[in-house]
Amino acid sequence: MSETPVTDVASSSPQPGGPPSRARRAAIWLRSTHPVMLTALAFVASIVVGGILIVITDTPTRKAARYFFSAPGDTFSKAWHAVSQAYVTLFEGAIFDPHTAFKGTFWQALNPLSETLLNATPLILGGLAVGLAFRAGLFNIGAQGQLIFGAIFAGYVGFAWHLPVVVHVIVALIAGVVGGGLWGGLSGWLKARTGAHEVITTIMLNYVAVYLLGYLLTENGFKRSGSNQAISRIVDSNARLPKLFPEPLRVHTGLIIALLAAAGVAWLLNRSKLGFQLRAVGANQFAARTAGMDVGRNYVVSMVLSGALAGLAGCSQILGTNTAITQDIDAGIGFTAITVALLGRAQPWPTVLAGILYGAFQAGGVTMQSRTGTPIDLVNVLQSIIVLFIAAPALVGAIFRLRGTASTSGQQLAKGWNG
Amino acid sequence: MKLELRGITKRFGSLVANDRIDLVVEPGEIHALLGENGAGKSTLMNVLYGLYEPDEGEVVLDDVPVRFAGPGDAMAAGIGMVHQHFMLIPVFTVAENVMLGHEETKGGALGWLDRRAARRKVAEVSSRYGLAVPPDALVADLPVGVQQRAEIVKALTRDAKVLVLDEPTAVLTPSEIDDLMKVMRRLRDAGTSIVFISHKLKEVKAIADKVTVIRRGKVVGQPSPTASEEELASLMVGRQVALTLEKAPANPGDVILDVRDLRVVDDAGVVQVDGVSFQVRAGEIYAIAGVQGNGQTELTECLLGVEAASEGSVHIGGRDVSQASVRDRLRLGVGYVPEDRLHDGLVGGFTVAENLILDMYDRTPFAKGVGLDLRAIAGNAAERIDEFDVRTPSGGALASTLSGGNQQKVVLAREMSRPLKLLVVAQPTRGLDVGSMEFVHRRIVAERDNGTAVVVVSTELDEVLGLADRIAVMYRGRIIGELPAGASAQEVGLLMAGSTSQASAAAGARGSGSGDE
Amino acid sequence: MSAVQTEELVEVHEVVDVAASKKARLISGSVLVVVGLLCLLGFGLGSHAGYEARFQLSQPGARIRVPALVLPARITSIVLGVIVVLLGLWRITRGGSRRAMHWVVGASIVAVVVSFLCWSLTGTRGTSLDLLGLLQQTIFLAVPLILGALAGVLCERSGVINVAIEGQMLAGAFAGALIGTVAHNAGAGILAALIAGGLIGALLAVFAIRYLVNQVVLGVVINVLVLGLTGYVYDALMARDQNTYNTPPGLHAISIPGLSDIPILGPLLFQQNAIVYAMYVLIIAIDLALFRSRWGLRTRAVGEHPKAADTVGIKVRRTRFVNVIVGGLVAGLGGASLTIGSALPFGKGMTNGKGFIALAAVIFGRWSPRGAVGAALLFGFADALQNVLSFIGTPVAIPSQFLAMLPYLATILAVAGLVGRVRAPAADGEPYVGR
Repeated sequence: MSETPVTDVASSSPQPGGPPSRARRAAIWLRSTHPVMLTALAFVASIVVGGILIVITDTPTRKAARYFFSAPGDTFSKAWHAVSQAYVTLFEGAIFDPHTAFKGTFWQALNPLSETLLNATPLILGGLAVGLAFRAGLFNIGAQGQLIFGAIFAGYVGFAWHLPVVVHVIVALIAGVVGGGLWGGLSGWLKARTGAHEVITTIMLNYVAVYLLGYLLTENGFKRSGSNQAISRIVDSNARLPKLFPEPLRVHTGLIIALLAAAGVAWLLNRSKLGFQLRAVGANQFAARTAGMDVGRNYVVSMVLSGALAGLAGCSQILGTNTAITQDIDAGIGFTAITVALLGRAQPWPTVLAGILYGAFQAGGVTMQSRTGTPIDLVNVLQSIIVLFIAAPALVGAIFRLRGTASTSGQQLAKGWNG
Repeated sequence: MKLELRGITKRFGSLVANDRIDLVVEPGEIHALLGENGAGKSTLMNVLYGLYEPDEGEVVLDDVPVRFAGPGDAMAAGIGMVHQHFMLIPVFTVAENVMLGHEETKGGALGWLDRRAARRKVAEVSSRYGLAVPPDALVADLPVGVQQRAEIVKALTRDAKVLVLDEPTAVLTPSEIDDLMKVMRRLRDAGTSIVFISHKLKEVKAIADKVTVIRRGKVVGQPSPTASEEELASLMVGRQVALTLEKAPANPGDVILDVRDLRVVDDAGVVQVDGVSFQVRAGEIYAIAGVQGNGQTELTECLLGVEAASEGSVHIGGRDVSQASVRDRLRLGVGYVPEDRLHDGLVGGFTVAENLILDMYDRTPFAKGVGLDLRAIAGNAAERIDEFDVRTPSGGALASTLSGGNQQKVVLAREMSRPLKLLVVAQPTRGLDVGSMEFVHRRIVAERDNGTAVVVVSTELDEVLGLADRIAVMYRGRIIGELPAGASAQEVGLLMAGSTSQASAAAGARGSGSGDE
Repeated sequence: MSAVQTEELVEVHEVVDVAASKKARLISGSVLVVVGLLCLLGFGLGSHAGYEARFQLSQPGARIRVPALVLPARITSIVLGVIVVLLGLWRITRGGSRRAMHWVVGASIVAVVVSFLCWSLTGTRGTSLDLLGLLQQTIFLAVPLILGALAGVLCERSGVINVAIEGQMLAGAFAGALIGTVAHNAGAGILAALIAGGLIGALLAVFAIRYLVNQVVLGVVINVLVLGLTGYVYDALMARDQNTYNTPPGLHAISIPGLSDIPILGPLLFQQNAIVYAMYVLIIAIDLALFRSRWGLRTRAVGEHPKAADTVGIKVRRTRFVNVIVGGLVAGLGGASLTIGSALPFGKGMTNGKGFIALAAVIFGRWSPRGAVGAALLFGFADALQNVLSFIGTPVAIPSQFLAMLPYLATILAVAGLVGRVRAPAADGEPYVGR
């Protein structure tokens, strides 16, 4: 697509011909809309789709629908009941629960918020990981594998070594960062050395990591002795991330690490030499190379950094939220992180907000499932629909803004396997 | 077929690419559409070919107005187009490319391809018009001249009555250009109308029956093809143009660039640069002429270190830099203006200010420890924008939003803001309007006068002749001749076609005092 | 004229043996040598001398009995190891063309697998391996992979990256089980699976082609969406009443008269259910159509150079739409093979990465239907082997997880260029802003 601009205006025309199609008018409208507004619209849309899903699978509603024509009100009231129950409990689990708030201590009233932030912590870190790579022109679909590797390294240091307080947790964190960084860096190295596309290698390395973890969980020394379940030994209390607040609030210092990481990434991208280089390579690797930057080294560096952030998400999982590794340590965070990064438009602070939103979904989902029996999978549906709604017009906008100039960042978003 | 365009207007946002253009092409006529880069020629032809819908006006074929929803309609109506960037699929054979879109099939609804019929058709058209193409060769394996013939065959198998050739000579050697002109005449004699888009005056004069000149989206005149080049040029540009560049004689100093036996082999095993040696001194402009694709791109990339040489050496200022990285060479005082500025020279998604420090971001005053000094970066931008007269709303504007000329100024401003020993400029004015062209040329000469060794690579003969203190011609990866500044266009042109013996004969003729240019 | 013609058809530049390929040759050759030595030393010398490797080739009740294949385990492993080493040395010294390399890699894989099997049977004397059963299992496990990979080929050849094969298959498996159970009809289930896969394909098509969303991102998001949707309905409906909603009827195996009696091949290929026969037809049809039909020519043109296709009047976006949706249908059928085809109930996230293995097969098979089918069979074999080995008792226990990793590792090696460069269709993943 490197169209040299030797032709007439045609090749550098800002728009294709013809009157604006409906899609483009919509795009133009949405482009002029503030991102927060856009997110709100997507949020509403997802709630509607989720509501439809709840209604059609709700047994009382379907029973009422059988006599719909004799008493249509019944169907609607049942449907309303099912939907409102689900969403109310979702809210109660994520933000504020009037049923328990006034019965326990002050801290107990904050429990839903604590759960939200607890769930948000690894999502923020994972979202930063994916977003950082994205800004450097790489698709890191491998947050899952890097998170697992981070958790394996951090967990191993956590339960196999015995170090003093403070030191232990720091060493374990470093181990997690190294583990994630290595696994991410492997993809970067493969791309730099052989041109292997990082989307393919990161997807494949996810599964390698999953099976490696599966193997480790059968090995003595890693597996918890005496348990016939696939679960690791328990992390030393010295290696755990301290809780931020008194019982029963579970949110831990991982949240602080995540916020520091966001600040770090923001500084790195916008104010540092390395960040300038990463963004330049991400936006146009050819120009970066001509300007003397080592493109291959940049791929490795950005994947190491990205993997390290995902490794921190693994640390948050194993040193903070849980105390032992299971096969399910990733808990879908690796892939949800991609949606978080998209919602945050690969920018650090919006990614934090996106992480908190999705963390709230996750926390509320648990309460929703336990109180109303509405499956927590609804949360996956809501999250992916929000991103679908947001991704489309935003990218349409990006394309129309950048197309005319045969510019690079637009293509960066749109490159294929050969890119 | 008689083709008429009536009052065609096409706007892109606030830009009017075509402004009420009228054009009549009679059957059996070669009609040249002459205009500068950006004048609106290609837009007009894309309207004709159904790729764009005009905002106003109509296309009339044999007195019947037609509307094209897409290229399919245009082709069905008998319009064929050979695009400047060939629309051939490299991994398909010639026959497959020719049949694509109007395949002959057998087996009814299943639509199995009838390759034999396709091959027959290719052979038939080839022999009728003398367009030799190998039907079963992969397009990727063919030289550009043959690819272009395949494009023409493709149009003719669709019974094109009007054939549009968009800048067809840009990628051809002079002898290939002669062949193309023969084919064009043969087609004209067979009754095909030909629209020949070009900005090259000599070619237009040589082949056209009629000439229409377009400037800034408007028809500005229909001069006779016998008009002088100066007349055509001033019509095309809109004012008197100095076809020559005023510059003082060179004052060469020490050897700065010394290239010895350089050889570059690309990934596919093609020898792109084949044993090239030359020297460039401080304060002289060494211009490398040649048809696109004869190894100049690889040579310049090799000078910068983006491309690795498989053999040979490059010395800059007496230091062997053959193994040095791009960054080391830049530090040594090499300035580099790539031929494709959007691809290699700029980051479109970066601001002008950021682009102005793209190869200096990690040095003082722009770097502060591991961080950046944003104030210094902004200050630098303001200075450079002022010095090079870059037309941009601010240093914070994205580089992709600038016009081609201003983008080139940004690249030049960046490269010339460092102390240079050697400046390598590839295709300095490709795609620029005349105003920017003159500016760029003056800056290059000024840099030479500062004592910098300058290498200019260009496919434009006039540019080479205008800028050079010494001229080299590359052909099939080799420098097949070096000529002094006063060499004639004919000599250089013959060398560009690879013809060394005739060129030396021409040089002999010049020596005996009968220079004809 | 003819003299001019031949002169001009000559390459403009001289072409030499690529210097860089020397390094590539060295690397790929060395990999072969190392692998060969591993066979030789590990499987050859690592197995007990004098043991025999016994491979059964027919089932007890078969009409025509095929005698079991008996090989001296140690010798066979050593000989095969030596062959691989020699192939590697040949690669280093002579190089060989790309085509030759295909055969070299193919032969090496077979040699390694056979020597590995020989070694694995020397754990206890007298163990025999039901090779026919292993191959049958391979086909069984490969069916969804092959269909998924064909779906991937259809999409990607037209220029749309399909990371959503996983989601399309999951939707197919889900709809097949649900509708098949409710309608008490396997045919209805299969139809529903096709439609579900096609709908997910349509979703991919609309967002990728119409709204130009990045296709990799889109695929990932669609996978999450389908996982959520199916998981939700499963928990809300199917898990609560398995009998009413999640007991899909199975398909009977159909023996093809005549063909099913062929030794080895008969029971392997011609005693299968309708989905498998449909798969055979699809493999042949897609392979032929892609390279010999008008549709195939246009599909490939659109995937390689959409603008060129547009200028000859091909509707680029429509072609891509059709291909992506047809791909979705095929992937949906692959999903149906997991539930209806195997008479198994739907389970949450039951594709469990099969869609990604199918994607790996597309890439490993270089975007050609044949290559993708071959790769899918290879990956299916690795999967089947993992099951078999767990009860054979190899001389050294092999963790099943390592066998399960093989498809993924093989794909990484493939994209890293160790078996020659893989090249995607030139415009794969690039949206076309035109018609």
